[in-house]
Amino acid sequence: MIARFGPPLAIALLAGPVAAGLVGTLLPAFGFLPSLGHSTFSLEPFRALLAEPGLLRSLGVGVGAGLLSTALALGAVMLFVAGWIGEPVFQRLRRGLSPLLAVPHAAAAFGLAFLVAPSGFLARLVSPELTGWLTPPDVLIVNDPMGLTLAAGLAVKEAPFLFLMTLAALPQTPAGPSRQLAAALGYGRIAGFLHTVWPSLYRQIRLPVFAVIAFSTSVVDVAAILGPTAPPTLAVRLVQWMNDPDLAMRFKASAGAMLQLGATAPAILAWVGLERVGRVAARALCGSGFRFRRDGAPRLIGLAAMVSFAAVVFAGLAVLALWSVAGLWQFPNALPARFILSGWANTLPRLADPLLRSVGVGVAATAAALMLAVLSLTREDETGARPGQGARVLIYLPLLAPQIAFLFGLQTAILAAGLTPSTPLLVAVHLVFVLPYVFLSLADPWRAFDRRYEAVAFGLGRSRARMLVAVKLPMLAPALATAAAVGFAVSIGLYLPTVLIGAGRLPTVTTEAVALAAGGNRRIIGVWAFVQATLPAAGFVIAAMLSRLVYRGGAAGTGR
Amino acid sequence: MLKFAATLAAALFASSAAFAADPDPANWPAVLDEARGETVYFNAWGGAENINAYIAWAGEEVEKRYGVKLVHVKLEDAATAVNSVLAEKTAGRGDGGAIDLVWINGENFSAMKRQGLLLRPGWAEKLPNYAFADVEGKPSLRTDFTIPVDGLESPWGMAKLVFFHDSARTKPEEMPESIAGLVAWARAHPGRFAYPQPPDFMGSTFLKQVLAESVADRAVLAKDVATVDADAILAPVFATLDALNPLLWRAGKAFPKNYPALKQLLADGEADIIFAFNPAEASSAIAAGELPDTVRSFVFPGGTLANSHFVAVPFNASSKAGALVVADFLLSPQAQARKQDPEIWGDPTVLAMAKLTAEDRARFGRLALGVATLAPDALGPAIDEPHPSWMAKLESEWAKRYGVAH
Repeated sequence: MIARFGPPLAIALLAGPVAAGLVGTLLPAFGFLPSLGHSTFSLEPFRALLAEPGLLRSLGVGVGAGLLSTALALGAVMLFVAGWIGEPVFQRLRRGLSPLLAVPHAAAAFGLAFLVAPSGFLARLVSPELTGWLTPPDVLIVNDPMGLTLAAGLAVKEAPFLFLMTLAALPQTPAGPSRQLAAALGYGRIAGFLHTVWPSLYRQIRLPVFAVIAFSTSVVDVAAILGPTAPPTLAVRLVQWMNDPDLAMRFKASAGAMLQLGATAPAILAWVGLERVGRVAARALCGSGFRFRRDGAPRLIGLAAMVSFAAVVFAGLAVLALWSVAGLWQFPNALPARFILSGWANTLPRLADPLLRSVGVGVAATAAALMLAVLSLTREDETGARPGQGARVLIYLPLLAPQIAFLFGLQTAILAAGLTPSTPLLVAVHLVFVLPYVFLSLADPWRAFDRRYEAVAFGLGRSRARMLVAVKLPMLAPALATAAAVGFAVSIGLYLPTVLIGAGRLPTVTTEAVALAAGGNRRIIGVWAFVQATLPAAGFVIAAMLSRLVYRGGAAGTGR
Repeated sequence: MLKFAATLAAALFASSAAFAADPDPANWPAVLDEARGETVYFNAWGGAENINAYIAWAGEEVEKRYGVKLVHVKLEDAATAVNSVLAEKTAGRGDGGAIDLVWINGENFSAMKRQGLLLRPGWAEKLPNYAFADVEGKPSLRTDFTIPVDGLESPWGMAKLVFFHDSARTKPEEMPESIAGLVAWARAHPGRFAYPQPPDFMGSTFLKQVLAESVADRAVLAKDVATVDADAILAPVFATLDALNPLLWRAGKAFPKNYPALKQLLADGEADIIFAFNPAEASSAIAAGELPDTVRSFVFPGGTLANSHFVAVPFNASSKAGALVVADFLLSPQAQARKQDPEIWGDPTVLAMAKLTAEDRARFGRLALGVATLAPDALGPAIDEPHPSWMAKLESEWAKRYGVAH
C-alpha cells in the first residue's frame, strides 16, 4: 500500500535538503566553490573569520541569549505547570497561550521593542507624570550589548511552544495519581510535581527543548530587531557577509556558518550540564525530606511569568496596531496626536501579491506535510513499530541544525543546479520546516487513537483505505485541523528560508515586513506586522471552526 | 548527488555566448516594441514607504503607457543586487538574469563597472529624456564618486547632505557649522547626536563628511586609497571620531540601523540633530506625519557632500528593452516633477529647468518647497564624493574601532 512510501519519503524530504545544504556550506567554508572559480581547499576562510573583530563576543552573546531565553521559558513553564495544573486558571491560560504560538517571531519582537524602548509605550504611559521625563532617558534597553532584551524577546515566544509541547506530553505521564500521592505524603504542589511527574515529562519534551536552543542561539530576525548592534550576534553578521557585494565574503560567511553549527553542540552540551545540576539538586532535595508546603511565592512567580509573557505579546500587538494608524506621535504622549489611515491606504494595494503568495505557499506546504505525516503514521499503524530515537532526531533535524548553516549551502546548490526561484521551489523548502511541526502535533493524538474503532471497521469488512477515510480521519479531524494550523503558522513566519530561496523575487508578508522594518517606519511596520500576525491566527480560528463542524458531522455518523 | 554534480558541471561550463541582440536605444521605437509585454524586476532599496509608493506609481504608469510590468524587488541594501548579478555571472548565466534594473551609485556602481556586470555599450545618454538632463550644471551625472559614468547608468535623482533639528527643542543659532562644531555641541549635549552604523549608506556618508573636513587638500580623495599614505590622512578622522564616540546616543554602544531609524530618534526625542541625503526629506516627513512641523534644516557653510543616484541594467538582464523604457520614464519631466514633490518623495530632479518646455517647467514651478526645505541657493557648497575605495577603507577601519563597543 501507498503508506509504505510515507516514512522514507518524509525522511528524504527532511534530511535531503539539510544534508545537501550542509555540504553546500561545508565546501565553501574550506575555500571550495568551483562556480566562483575556487577549486582547491584551504583554511583561508577560517583565517579571515578569526580575524574579524569581536567574533567571539558575537558568538558568545548569541549563544548566551539563546540559552538564557530557553532557561527562562522552560523555568516559567515548569513552575506554572507544577503549581497550577488542575486549577481553573490552568485551563484559562491554556486557551490564552495557544494563539501566541501563531504570532510570528518578528512581529512579537517589534511589539516588545515598541513597548520597552526608553521612548516606548511603557515609558510614555508614565511620563512625564511619574518620571518627570520630557525627553526619553539615554539608556540602552533594546539592542543592549548583553543581549538581555533579545533573550526576553525569544523567551516570550518560546514559552508558549514549550507549554504546548508539555501539554501534549502530560497525558502520557501519571500526573494525576502521582500528584495525589505526593500531596498525601504532605508535599507542596510544586515539589510534589517536580519530584514525581517532571522527570518523565521532561524526557518527552527534551528534543523540543534542544530545538528551541538550536533555534534561539542562531536566530536572525529577532536578533536583528532586539539584539546588540556593536557587534551584532554571529547569525546576523553571517547574513550581512552573505549579502556583501564582495563574493569572497561568502567563503568567510560559510566558515562562520560552520562555527555557528559547531556552537550549537556546546550550547546543547552546556544545557545537558545544567540538566545534570538540576537532577542532582532535585535528588538532594528529595532525599532531604523537605516538603516545601508553603510554595505560594514560586507558584505566583510561575503564574506571573506566563501571564506576563502573554501580556507582553498581546500588548505589543496592540501597540503595533496603534502605530499603524498613528499620525505624529511624539514622546511623552501616551496616544498619537491624531489618527490617520494613510499607512493602511498606502499598503493595502501592495498587500495583495505577498499576501496571496504567503497563503498559497502556506496552504500548499501544509497540505503536503499533512499528507506525508498521515502516510507515515499510517505506516506506523501497519507495521506496529514506533520510530526509534534515530528517526525522532531525523524529524527534528531541520529544527536542530541552525537554519543559516544549511540554507546558505542550499541556496548555492540551487544556484549551481541552474534552478530559478519559483513558487514550487519555495513550497518545497517550506515543507522542510513545516513537516516536523505538523508531524509532532499530529503524532500524539494519532497514537492515542482508540484502535478498537479500526478493528470494528475491519470487522464490518471495510478496507484499510475505507476505514481511514470513513472512520479514523473524521474522528481525528480536530487534531488534523490543529496540526494544519500549526503548519500554516510556521510557514507564514518563515523568514530566512523565504528570503534566501526566493532571492527577493518571491516576497511574502514576512519578508516584506522584515524588509520594511529595515526602514524603521513604525506606522508601516505596524501595518505589516499586524497582517503577519493575523494570518496564522486566522488559520487557528478556521481550524477550530472546521474541527467543530466536522466533529459534529462525524459524531452523528457514528451514531453517538 | 551524481545528478547534482552533473548540473553543477553543466552550470560551470555553460557557454555564456548565447546573447540575444541587445536593444539599441538609438532606435527608440524598436525598444518600445520589444519592451511591450516584458516584466522588469527593479531591485531597489525598500526601506522607505514614500519611495516604495513612488515606485509603485511609476509601475502603474509604465504599464499603462508602454505595457511594461514593473516589479519592485525590495532590498535591504543595494549591495545584495550586485552580489546576485556577480553570482549569476560566475555561475555562467549570461542571459535570463534575475535582475533587470537596479538602483545604485558610487561604490556599487564602481564594483559593477569594474567586474563587467553592466549592460554595454553605454546606453543612458541615448535615452530620449536624457536630452533634458542637467549635465552642465550637475557634474556628478557623468562622474559618479570620481568614476566616469560612460552612459552605463541613467541618472535618477540628486543628493546633498543636510542636517535637521527640531526648532521647538533646540535653537537654530546653536546648531554647529562644521564637524568640529558638531563635536563641541555634542560635548555640551552628550547622547543627543547619532549616526547610522556603517556600512549603512548614511553612516558611511557621515564618515566621508568627517574625512572631507579633515584633509588639507581634498584632491587626494580623488585618488585610490591604496596609492596614498592613508594612515596619515585617516589619523585626524579617527581622532575626531574617537572624541565623538562617547558623546553619541547610547554612548556609542549601539547605533541606529539607517536613516529612517535615525529619523525616528528625532521624532521620539531621543536625538536632537540628525542628517539626511535629501534636502526635502524633513518636509516630506512632516507631510507624512512622521516629524513635527517645527523641524528645520541646516547645512555647514564650508560645504557638505553631494552626489547623484542612478539606475543601471545588468549585463544579463532578462528584459533589457523594458528596463531601458523604465529608466527613460523615470527620467521624464513628469516622473521627475512628481519625485521632487515633498508630498510624494521630495527627491531633487536631475533635469535642467532651462532645457524643459514651458509646460514641463511649470510642473516643477508649482511644487512647494515645504517648510523645512532650504532653497537651492541656501544649500551651501557641494563637496565631491571621494573615490569609492575611501568608503571601503573607512568602513573597515570603523568596524575595527567602534564595531565592538566596550
